[in-house]
Amino acid sequence: MLDLRLYMLQRITALIMAPLTLGHIAVMIYAVQGGLTAEEILGRTQGSIFWFLFYGSFVLAVSLHAAIGLRVILHETLGLGGWALRAATWGIAFLLLAMGGQAVIAVTWSGGA
Amino acid sequence: MRPARAHPLWLAFVLHRVSGLALALFLPLHFWVLSLALTQPERLNRFLSFTEQPIAKLAEFGLVFLLAVHMFGGLRLIALEWLPWSAPQKTLAAGAVSVAALISGAFFLQVV
Amino acid sequence: MGRDSDVLQVSVWRGASAQGRYRTYEVPAQENQTVLDVVSWIQHYADASLTYRFACRVGMCGSCAMMVNDQPRWTCRTHVRKVVKEGKVRIGPLRNLPVIKDLATDMDPFFDKWVTAGGVHAPSATRDEPIPPVNPEETARLEASAGIECINCAICYAACDTVAGNPDYLGPAALQRAWTLLNDGKHGARDQILDAVSGTGGCHNCHSMGSCTAFCPNDLDPMSAIAGLKRETARTFFRRRRG
Repeated sequence: MLDLRLYMLQRITALIMAPLTLGHIAVMIYAVQGGLTAEEILGRTQGSIFWFLFYGSFVLAVSLHAAIGLRVILHETLGLGGWALRAATWGIAFLLLAMGGQAVIAVTWSGGA
Repeated sequence: MRPARAHPLWLAFVLHRVSGLALALFLPLHFWVLSLALTQPERLNRFLSFTEQPIAKLAEFGLVFLLAVHMFGGLRLIALEWLPWSAPQKTLAAGAVSVAALISGAFFLQVV
Repeated sequence: MGRDSDVLQVSVWRGASAQGRYRTYEVPAQENQTVLDVVSWIQHYADASLTYRFACRVGMCGSCAMMVNDQPRWTCRTHVRKVVKEGKVRIGPLRNLPVIKDLATDMDPFFDKWVTAGGVHAPSATRDEPIPPVNPEETARLEASAGIECINCAICYAACDTVAGNPDYLGPAALQRAWTLLNDGKHGARDQILDAVSGTGGCHNCHSMGSCTAFCPNDLDPMSAIAGLKRETARTFFRRRRG
């Protein structure tokens, strides 16, 4: 159910996300000081190539990582297999990628918002 | 039948699986709220002011905890699988990383 | 032996997987008695139709493993006084394997997976060539030597929750066998092993929960052997893609 290819993808996305996660936690601790507002978040992120690349690669990696992880749980806990398991894996990956991509675009793209 | 599982590595496995599942289920909500920035900024602000509630603060703490636990648990797994170290070396390395994380985390909280 | 008046309440699994149930027997308690002694007493004096498996009685043959109070154990080397709780013991067939009858499981899936994992020795030389020397201090040989004391008792296989959730998973014993052969200088099919353990039921399904290592009666460490396979397959992953 997990072959070498999926295993490597899972580990490589994990290694990509380790420093991103530390950065994300650091930003969170910094950002929640004195409350969260949309203006504060967007003021930091919008129009920034750095945050676009940071969160863009984070979303790409987490979509693959979470899809493979949930695939394992679906197989081991619910006994899903065959085409249903394949469809679920791809479905989860695309859903997270689409929603995450939208979120990244929303907070980093339009500098004039 | 349930064989005894209350040994440290099995508990580490459960922690990793539960935290991973919880994070994966939280992600769509997280993405949806952020994408409100583009479409309905006033709704995003209403949601963000809700995060001032103590219950939301508690949930935030839980999420950061899950994220940290899943990341360090995952790094532990990769070290266990890929680094041909002896068991005491791995214990030392894990101890060093946690102490470093603790010290730098405390420092970070001091400066901001 | 003045404690013969004491009686153990022993519940034993009777029947096959689907229609079976636990039946309770009263067995005289002894100062010194193993779980296998208790099972044998039931067969000799209470119910001759009880089916179970054993051979050597000294922890070498690996045939008497059962679930004792829901833990996989070698019954010939497990003393009742170590596992008894308030005078009660529960004995069942090994987990994760189909039950033939009572305490005897069908071991075919377990041994089939040994072969699937590349566990059959492939010679690297013919009988006409000189025997290559084996240096016992060599790193790879030390890895191989660590795993060769496996007695195929399937306790690790029964303890593994990944096997329980994923029936295709080869399991700790077969993968540890693959790891010992991979490190055996006289084995001639290294690449076949790496392929055999990289498929859908291969070593990459392991979650390192370590129940195999915790329960192995011979103190072997299948979890680390599987980690070795992951390391070697990951190492060759990029090399093979390019090549």
